Formats: sequence, structure tokens, C-alpha cells
Amino acid sequence: MSQAPDHAPTMQRLNLVQRITPFVPALLVPLIALLGLLFIPSGSSWLTLTVSGLAMGMMIFIMAAGLTLIFGLMDVINFGHGAFISVGAFVGVTVLLLVPGMTAAPSVGLNLVAVGLAVIAAMLATGVMGVVFERVIVRPVYGAHLKQILITVGGLIVIEQLIHVFWGPDEIFLTRPETLKGAITFAGAALEKYRLLAVGVGLVVFLAMRHVLRHTKLGLIVRAGVENGEMVQALGYDIKRVFVLVFVAGSALAGLGGVMWALYQEVITAHMGGQMLILVFIVIIIGGLGSVEGCFIGALMVGLLQNYTAFLVPKLALVSNIGLMMLILMWRPQGMIPVVKAK
Amino acid sequence: MSDAILSLKNVATDIAQYHILHDVSFDVPRGKVTMLLGRNGAGKTTTLRTVMGLWAARAGQVMFNGEDIAAQPPARIARKGLAIVPEDMGIFGDLTVQENMALAAVSGPIAADRLELIFTAFPPLKTFWDMPAGNLSGGQKQMLAVARAMAEDRQLYLIDEPSKGLAPAIVSTLVWAMKSLKGAGASILMVEQNFAMARALGDYAAVMDDGRIVWTGTMDELANDTALQENLMGLSMEVA
Ligand SMILES: Nc1ncnc2c1ncn2[C@@H]1O[C@H](COP(=O)(O)OP(=O)(O)OP(=O)(O)O)[C@@H](O)[C@H]1O
Ligand SMILES: [Mg+2]
Repeated sequence: MSQAPDHAPTMQRLNLVQRITPFVPALLVPLIALLGLLFIPSGSSWLTLTVSGLAMGMMIFIMAAGLTLIFGLMDVINFGHGAFISVGAFVGVTVLLLVPGMTAAPSVGLNLVAVGLAVIAAMLATGVMGVVFERVIVRPVYGAHLKQILITVGGLIVIEQLIHVFWGPDEIFLTRPETLKGAITFAGAALEKYRLLAVGVGLVVFLAMRHVLRHTKLGLIVRAGVENGEMVQALGYDIKRVFVLVFVAGSALAGLGGVMWALYQEVITAHMGGQMLILVFIVIIIGGLGSVEGCFIGALMVGLLQNYTAFLVPKLALVSNIGLMMLILMWRPQGMIPVVKAK
Repeated sequence: MSDAILSLKNVATDIAQYHILHDVSFDVPRGKVTMLLGRNGAGKTTTLRTVMGLWAARAGQVMFNGEDIAAQPPARIARKGLAIVPEDMGIFGDLTVQENMALAAVSGPIAADRLELIFTAFPPLKTFWDMPAGNLSGGQKQMLAVARAMAEDRQLYLIDEPSKGLAPAIVSTLVWAMKSLKGAGASILMVEQNFAMARALGDYAAVMDDGRIVWTGTMDELANDTALQENLMGLSMEVA
């Protein structure tokens, strides 16, 4: 039998630039942190702001991770995603308000159970909403971006109004569970406990997503589908079903993000999700549409930059992030970790 | 033909507002290799894509094992036992070679002996097993595209110009790989411009022009009749 010739590659040592290039996006996060250190006069304020920026970044990542895959996989632009954030917050907060005994108790265990219940309720609610939203609103407009934008913005508005119907038009205030209040002091800096928890949860969500995407068949299908959905179908996988799964998982994650954001801000409004969408879109655009890793890195950059500039020049906080987006797009027009699309 | 695994009956396919296939009818006999030939733009790729469900037929029937699959989604068609090696290869460049192969094995991990066979035929795939497939050379991508189709037993392979851009040494490997598929009982419908390869593999031939089938017969008939070749394809294919 004949054989294709095998050319064993002769490995040459890459120079420093070549070796670093793949890590440049990830290195931008510490770079921004270092820049912050340069401009912020006191080390302890810097540390406080950095933790707060990372916490914010993690929460934005959780809200955005599903959306980037939804776009990558089916080319669907979904402004309705903001509604899942708001609904998640309202459902979660409602649960927390139902168990005042558990949240007020000075017990880490009870507090975490209360938060856990709130999270489960929020994710269930937004997951179910995701099923309905995909079916009723998104499916009829596959492939038509303008219609997608119009109808999903419509969906967002309708759901915000429904929140007013169920929960009333006013914002709802809440306080964090007892043991998540306050801060610990580390190296002279006050680090809010809740922010540390948020960083932990964000990391766990990111690592779990990465694991699924890298090491499961479903993850392979999703990654391949982002690149070339047609070929995935030709191999025998029903990409529409996979898309529904991703849509629902993304919606549930948005719900989780909503609860976390509610506990962070200690106040919720029907419009909170819509307002977060600006940062969410910035993050998925600079990350590279369809890239979960890019989204993660982008979210951390945005979170840090937002907190540093809010401290230094409060008026520039949002502008700085739009500036960041423009810089990144000038450097890499497809985002930091571009997904190679077929065709 | 009495035992056709695939039989197209008056198939018409539009792409956007263009009528590309007009009235395509031909059979692919079971366990044989059928070559689909024709000038550039004749509609060969469109025919394969229509069979796979990647374009929807506007009219006509695509009978696979006696069942009309014309209106079915590609994933369902694939699960019935069809595999396509597309003209653009359809490699997932961000995925490693290993991940590309894992995806191709729809019903579970690839059997070890099958993998051995694939590595024997295409050693570069083993060398670059853990590399992103996007980094492979064009010929290596083509090997991966063929290897992917071989990851599992399928009944019918739709293969679009597998020899494109390949060095002659690899073309012979490809011929061997196709023969081993056929030897395992599979049927093949192949578009191929390399006449040596078409000749070496083909049992039957169907010639297209301008979205229609203009001739069907055995490969031998076509190969031995240069006048017919001139007439059908505007070129005479030197018999190697
Ligand atoms: N996506 C498309 N949109 C519009 N027209 C198309 C599209 N794909 C193919 N066509 C047209 O359909 C006709 C048949 O194309 P097809 O790719 O099937 O030809 P082919 O026989 O495979 O040619 P080749 O030998 O060059 O691969 C061509 O005229 C081509 O321009
Ligand atoms: Mg073609």
C-alpha cells in the first residue's frame, strides 16, 4: 500500500515575540492593572479598586458568555439578553426577601444556602424564559439581522414592562446576607467580601465553561459550529438543537449574572439588564464574537478600566471603555481572539 | 439500474434566484464508484450538496435506499449513512486534528485499528495530531478531510475533488484510501478532474453540463472514447 510522505517538522526555536504573541490578549489584563498602579497614588486604593474591577469583570463575563456563543453559533444578535439579566435579578431578590431569617442570620452556611436558592430560582426562571424566547422571538428571524435587532429589542421592552406589572414600577432595595457584608483588610486595603466571592464564582463559571468547550463532545460541536455550522450538520449533528441548548444555558447564566449584580449594587430596576448590555456588547466585541476566552479577558479589562477611571476621572468611566474598544478594534478588527469563520 | 443506493430523479436546485440544476437524473450503483464529471461550473458541487441536503432541491426526488431524502435536514441525512468531503474541505481550523476526527466519529470514539489505518495512510495526521488543523498545509487538510470521512463506516461517500492541490504521491494514497472504502462495501460518488484518478477508481461515470446530466455509462466506455470526451467535456482525457 502506498503512503503519504511524512515530513517530520523540524522544530525551530521561536523568538520571543513569536512565543508571546498567543498570550498577548491575556497579558493585557495585568498590563491594565499595572497602568492602574502607575496612576493611582495609594497602593491600598489600587488593590481595593483592582478587586472591585475583577469582581465587576467576572459578573459582566457571566452575563456576556452566553451571548457571545449565541452570536457565534447562529449569527443571532439578541438584545433580549438584557431582559434575562433583569428577570434573574428580580426572581433572585424575591427569593432572598422570602427568607429573611436565613439572610439575616450571622451564619455563612445559611447565607450561602439563601443565595444558592436565589441563584437556582433565577437560573431556572431565565432558562425557561430562554426556551420560550428562542422559540417565539428568535427562531422566526434566523439569518435576518435587522429583524433580529428590532424584534429582540421589542422583546426586551415587553419583558421590562412585565417586570413592572409583576413587581411594581419602583426599584427594590436589598441588603446582602449578613456574612457577605463588610470587608476584610488585606495589606492595608479594604476588600469587600462579596467582591471576593464574585471573583471566585466568576472563575468557577469560566473554568467550567472552558472545560465543557474543550473536553466534551458538546463543547466540540459548539466550537466547530461557531466556525462552520454547515459542516457540523453535514457530519450528522443537529446544530439547531445544540443552539437551543446554548441559548438556554446562556440565558440561565445571564440570570445568574443578574442575581450577582443585584447583590453587588443592592438595588434592582427593570432596566438594569438593558443598561448592562452596553458593557456586555463592548466585552464580546473586543473579545472576538464567539470566543468565550476572549469574552473573559475582555470582561476583566473592562471591569478594571471602569473602576480605575471611575476613581481617577469619574466622568470618563464609560468613555474609557468605548476608547478601549476602539483601540482593540484598530489592533485586531475581529476582536482579541478572532474566531475563524468559514466562508 | 437495478440496485442503486442513490437515485436522483428530475432534481432541480436553485441557489438564491439562480436556477443551477435543471433536471438531474442518474443512479449511483451500490458498492461501486461513480465519477461525476463535467466542465467547471457544470453543477457537480451543487449536485453533491443537494444530495447532502446542504442546498434544498426545488423539485425532484433524491432517493437513498429507496427513501426520498430531498426535504430532510443535513444532519438527518448524514445519520442515514452519508458522508461528504466538501470541495472546500470543511476543516475546523481552530480545532486540533484530533478534535476534527473526534467530531467526525458521530457514534463514539474511533476504533483503534481504524485509526491505525488512517495513520498508516496519512502519517502527517499523526505527526500533527494535537495541532490546530488550521495550521496544516493544503494537502494535509485534504488528507484530514478524507480521513474524517473514514472515521466511521458510511454507506455512501460524496467526495468533491479530493485530489485538488495534492502531490502525485499523495494522490495514489488517496486512490488506495478510496479503494479501501469501496472494499469495505461502501458506495462512492466522486467529482474528480484528475483523469488518472478518475480512471483508476471509477466504475461508472455521469457527465454534467450546464446543470444537466448529458451522459451516463461505464468509466471504461468513456475512457476509451476520446471523441465522446471531446464532445461531452470539451477536452480529451489522456489515458494514463
Ligand atoms: N453560492 C452560490 N451562489 C450563486 N451561484 C452559485 C453558488 N454556488 C455555485 N453557483 C453557480 O452554480 C453553478 C454550478 O456551480 P458548481 O459549484 O456546482 O460547479 P462545479 O461543476 O462544481 O464546478 P467546478 O468544477 O468549478 O468545481 C456555477 O455557475 C456557479 O457559479
Ligand atoms: Mg465543484
